[in-house]
Amino acid sequence: MKILVCLSNVPDTTSKINFTDGDTKFDTNGVQFVINPNDEFGLTRAMWFKEKQGATVHVATVGEASTEPTIRKALAIGADEAIRVNAFPVDGFFVAEQLAEIVKNGGYDLVIAGRESIDYNGGMVPGILATLLGMNFVNTCISLEIEGNNATATREIDGGKEKLATTLPLVIGGQKGLVAESDLRIPNMRGIMMARQKKLNVVEPTTSKNVTSDVKFEKPAPKGQVTLVDADNIDELINLLHNEAKVI
Amino acid sequence: MSVLVYTESENGKFKKNAHEVASYAYEVAKQLGTTATAISINADSAGDLGDYGISKVLNVSNDQLNTFNAKAYAQVIGQAAEKESAKVIVLSSSADTKFLAPILTAQLKAGYVPNVVSAPESTSPFKVKRTVFSNKGFAITEISSDVKIIGVSNNAYGIAENKTTAAVENFDPSLGDNTFTTKSIEIDKVVGKATIADADIVVSGGRGLKGPENWGMIEELAEVLGAATACSKPVSDLGWRPHGEHVGQTGKPVASNLYIAIGISGAIQHLAGVSSSKVKVVINTDPEAPFFKAADYGVVGDAFEVVPKLIEKLKEFKAQNA
Repeated sequence: MKILVCLSNVPDTTSKINFTDGDTKFDTNGVQFVINPNDEFGLTRAMWFKEKQGATVHVATVGEASTEPTIRKALAIGADEAIRVNAFPVDGFFVAEQLAEIVKNGGYDLVIAGRESIDYNGGMVPGILATLLGMNFVNTCISLEIEGNNATATREIDGGKEKLATTLPLVIGGQKGLVAESDLRIPNMRGIMMARQKKLNVVEPTTSKNVTSDVKFEKPAPKGQVTLVDADNIDELINLLHNEAKVI
Repeated sequence: MSVLVYTESENGKFKKNAHEVASYAYEVAKQLGTTATAISINADSAGDLGDYGISKVLNVSNDQLNTFNAKAYAQVIGQAAEKESAKVIVLSSSADTKFLAPILTAQLKAGYVPNVVSAPESTSPFKVKRTVFSNKGFAITEISSDVKIIGVSNNAYGIAENKTTAAVENFDPSLGDNTFTTKSIEIDKVVGKATIADADIVVSGGRGLKGPENWGMIEELAEVLGAATACSKPVSDLGWRPHGEHVGQTGKPVASNLYIAIGISGAIQHLAGVSSSKVKVVINTDPEAPFFKAADYGVVGDAFEVVPKLIEKLKEFKAQNA
């Protein structure tokens, strides 16, 4: 089985978000970039398929040269080879078209991407990619088993979960649950050394164009003062929620 | 050239978000000088959508579509869009709709913008406001494609009544053999309880509750309020509560009217995920907990004393206001 894990290079979850250039650009100053958490759960599940079922695991990202430390980390965790499409990821459709080209040329049976990136939260790349290539697709995937050509996947739904049966070739929009948080791996020294020898192919993007663009950013309005209620005066809290906030 | 909206139903009844997206579609249609058409699948009283400004409903009755199937539903919506020559399609933010949206996007070669929080800023060029960076910011996003798909955030635009008469038309989509290649084999879903996605009130517990055995009072509080239960990331990582309850940046977003955080300190990732809730209440022993800076109302106190008292007082309140 040949697996491609799609990685997005995103600000660490603790990052404070600021904008620059007249609020037209995300301010990357002082921001630490990491593998998108939803992608990392998928990468770790791919490692399981590699170790238990002999799968080959490649990783791909659409990003400029500055994303290479994130890709190297995936190689250090154990991916066999990496591909970087040398372009700024302008929007989800553009990224999906770039990845579709890689999947088509690479003959992958399974593509694992995160259900969304935690920066622009588009949540569309895996689904568009699957549809462009006529592959099956399962979103918000929290467990995945493969046997031969058959896949059993569980997805999160509002208020529960649903188990699905499908076949390869398959694209997954993954998230926490594919593996547990405690299964995530920190690359060790040997992995880091080996990653330096592994192939990182840089390819140029296709001519496809973006269909959406962010023209301006805003930060949320600052929050007003909290109204403190004494722990011995819960009646007052109920009164405020009923008469002032009108939520109960 | 109408605006098309997919109005989701469950067991024949429209979901709450169906009324919200219908209201939104009516507003977009008004801005564009056209009308709003809904596409519904196996809904019982499709004509009711007229209350929210929908002038026409394409209603599909098809037993093959009793269970949600993303590819099939995307095809139905896509065919309805073609029939109506719709250039703008409005969708909700439910798990099912976020599953089908990218499939529809690729089919129609559309520009899709999810997590939209308000009516379009302008229609020429077409610009909408959406949340980005997991609610830590907003973007004004321009859509330049011919067909535009807007995913409206839960509980952001709200429900607006605009009474009109909806003409209901049967719609018979063609579903090819290649449609049902992914099959549902088991659905495990809480019945009769509010879900985090559509609850008006969410009650959430953190590590301050000390252990899973103490969740009884969280569940009781939720029951009194008709609320959904949720938890912080450490709680789900520790296995005290199922992953499906984890709310925050890497879990589910919350956009309820009221969010009650109990024993949750308020890490930046958690605050981002719940920031779309309209009113936030925090109960925590530590007056320095960051959540107090993000909350509207706060009680500094021990959850084990405050929560039982709150339950008791709420029961009295509910009895008086019943």
